[in-house]
Amino acid sequence: MDEIVQEFLVESHENLDQLDRDLVALEREPGSRDLLASIFRTIHTIKGTSGFLAFGKLEAVTHVGENLLARLRDGKMSMTPQTTDVLLAMVDTVRDLLGAIEAGGDEGDIDVAPVVARISAVLEGRAEAAVVETTTAVPAVPVVPAVPVVPVPDATAEAEPTEESPHRRTVAESSVRVDVELLDTLMQLVGELVLTRNQIVRQASHQDDVDLVRSAQRLNLIASELQEGVMKTRMQPIDNLWAKLPRVVRDLGAQCGKTVTLAMVGKETELDRTLLEAVKDPLTHLVRNSVDHGLERPEARVAAGKPAEGVLTLRAYHEGGQVVVEVSDDGAGIDPERIAAKALERGLRTSAQLAETSPNDILQLVFLPGFSTAAAVTNVSGRGVGMDVVRTNIEAIGGTIEIDSVLGRGTTCRLRIPLTLAIVPALTVECAGDRYAIPQVSLLELVALDADRAADAVEDVNGASVHRLRGSLLPLVRLADLLGVESDRSDGHVVIAVLQAEGRRFGLVIDRVLSTEEIVVKPLVTQLKAIGAYSGATILGDGTVALILDVQALARRVLNSDVLEQERVADTGARPVVDESLRLLVAGLGGDRKVAIPLSSVTRLENFPTSGVEHIGGREVVQYRGGILPLVRLSSFYGTLSDRTDDELVVVIYTVGSRSVAIVVDEIVDIVDGGGDLQADVTAHGVLGSTLVRDRVVEVLDVRAAILSADPMFYEASEVDLRPELQEAM
Amino acid sequence: MSTRLVTFTLDGHLYGVDVASVQEVLRGQPQTRVPLAPQSVAGLINLRGQVLSAVEMRARLGLPDRAADQEAMLVVVRVAGETIALLVDSIGAVVDVEEEQFELPPDTLTRASREFLHGAYKLEGQLLLALDVERAVAA
Repeated sequence: MDEIVQEFLVESHENLDQLDRDLVALEREPGSRDLLASIFRTIHTIKGTSGFLAFGKLEAVTHVGENLLARLRDGKMSMTPQTTDVLLAMVDTVRDLLGAIEAGGDEGDIDVAPVVARISAVLEGRAEAAVVETTTAVPAVPVVPAVPVVPVPDATAEAEPTEESPHRRTVAESSVRVDVELLDTLMQLVGELVLTRNQIVRQASHQDDVDLVRSAQRLNLIASELQEGVMKTRMQPIDNLWAKLPRVVRDLGAQCGKTVTLAMVGKETELDRTLLEAVKDPLTHLVRNSVDHGLERPEARVAAGKPAEGVLTLRAYHEGGQVVVEVSDDGAGIDPERIAAKALERGLRTSAQLAETSPNDILQLVFLPGFSTAAAVTNVSGRGVGMDVVRTNIEAIGGTIEIDSVLGRGTTCRLRIPLTLAIVPALTVECAGDRYAIPQVSLLELVALDADRAADAVEDVNGASVHRLRGSLLPLVRLADLLGVESDRSDGHVVIAVLQAEGRRFGLVIDRVLSTEEIVVKPLVTQLKAIGAYSGATILGDGTVALILDVQALARRVLNSDVLEQERVADTGARPVVDESLRLLVAGLGGDRKVAIPLSSVTRLENFPTSGVEHIGGREVVQYRGGILPLVRLSSFYGTLSDRTDDELVVVIYTVGSRSVAIVVDEIVDIVDGGGDLQADVTAHGVLGSTLVRDRVVEVLDVRAAILSADPMFYEASEVDLRPELQEAM
Repeated sequence: MSTRLVTFTLDGHLYGVDVASVQEVLRGQPQTRVPLAPQSVAGLINLRGQVLSAVEMRARLGLPDRAADQEAMLVVVRVAGETIALLVDSIGAVVDVEEEQFELPPDTLTRASREFLHGAYKLEGQLLLALDVERAVAA
């Protein structure tokens, strides 16, 4: 394409963003001569250049628009909503035309007559009765993709030269436009330099040559500065992203019948342009959410003692090597109870789980896939897709998202985004002789257990390993198992990298921790990306390639608890019971009495509120996951006195075939490998026998008898092969 | 119209790829294996700071594994915007072939290798199999 046309397009896109902002601002201050003058100049410039470059349609539209603007500027007409609408329609048409020029080199087949007619109608003072369509019906999404340039911050926004030269430069003489691809290449080269620097510095540290060491140190410094400098050139102010939002907010507000003031703080905050692209959609989504269901309607606001006009605030700032972007509204806030009710209704959480979750953690449930609290589906939101996608997108670039809300006061969504993507701090680890890098953003802590401690500290919940980390259970996943390789660590030591992704924690068991270093992220070929385990590759100090683990993807693979649970339940039905009979759940029954329950049929451990116990036909039952479970109180079965007096029941959900019961115990003591044989010499009511658990004799519960005492029909429907002992116990 | 092909051997057969798509030819490089990857992905190599995936052409074409003592050669090709290294047995000469020498793959060819071949050029005393690189390296 012609270089002049190219430059014209680049300038015009910047001007259009400015126009959007000015027009929205003008609507608030219809009398502002400054704004009118600025708008007039911008349109005038586009018109001048389009005439020069023989873009007839563009000239026609801007010409009539200019006439309207001139009248407004000269005070011969005053701004009305209708005027704003036609002016915005004009901007949209100009945008379309520019898009067509960019795509095909000419104005294409865009029809400008309707918009010219509308503007003329306003000019001649005719009522716009014939043309009822308003701009709010036009999608507010900009038609033209961002042109790859690096505009110098604010140069376009502040200085609007008045001269009419077609070669008008919006950028100050002191700056140069650079092709983004060139910048990307530079960035890559600097990445290489940093790696080579790492190698040389490492080698030099083993040498006695003082001069070499000194040179290596200087190289170290220079490379760091160069890296910083190149990274800076890729930085763009977040305002580039925000410029489009006033228009989005205005149109959306009109659509929802709300008036919204948009405040922006920290426009000049800069971040890497690839990241800027990546946060564009999530940010727009959050803004739309805030307008659509964050802010109340004017009458509701007035009733709540707030100004009728809602305030949406965008705030950006640097904090701790990250960029923080906040979207906050002063709307109704999110009611945790509504979220909880919704989560219960959808079966995403049980009431027992919710009772233990703090209100703030309940808010985070909105990030679960398929979650929506919108009462009705509007064409803006409420389809239940969104926040999970927002989080996935933000986490994909190594960022995090959190949500705060005060009922009646408003909601704040906070994004934390890394400054750049290409170079990330990482932990290198070893597994099965291979090295892998784990990005530090996902890493919470490292836990190393020696063989003695590992035997105790790594426990087994029905086939899934867990570790008690400061009292709470951390699910463990062996990296070797995930990757289908053979771990070469056989001394019983367990090294755990505690990772956070998708809002949850899990422990990745690795062979060894090597070091922390800054790595340069290299993309993988599509074929390998599709595996869903690696987010890229990097070159280590010794020149070998290491894979970067995609923690989000791994988490998604291992932490889909509902699926895992369902599989487990299905498994239990099919698997011969004897296989797992060696594993025992040890439960306390009060009065120091402990019994062991074969883990094979234990599907879950739950806490139920005592108030949830209902009575059907003289038996106690609880509602659980849409079904009704009979309650088996072991303490009454054994005639022991329960020590528990609080209003919560500790329950073991026991499933055979398609039926379940809830066995109430006093406490869950442990899960152990029974190991020892079942000794039948200690026999008593309800006891199958005894076994040695950690040098203590524990009675093994006769589950069958216990269950039959609560539900005599329990086994009738099940077709499970019974263990011989169980049959005898009948 | 003549075409210029870079030739290499695999299990005694002569293969060729268009010289325009070949970036360079290298000796064996240290490879990092990629667990869970398709079997034909031999690993990742560091080519002057660029991470390339190496595709074992023997596995791709359904040929028997290379003898343990035989070092692989690498043909680095650019396909669909990605740079990929093909692992082959040995590198041959660069050959000019004419269109008259070309024939579609014979019907007796096994399916796996048939899928990845454009056809064969009848050289004197030998057949040169023209590899469809794009399909051979695609998933």
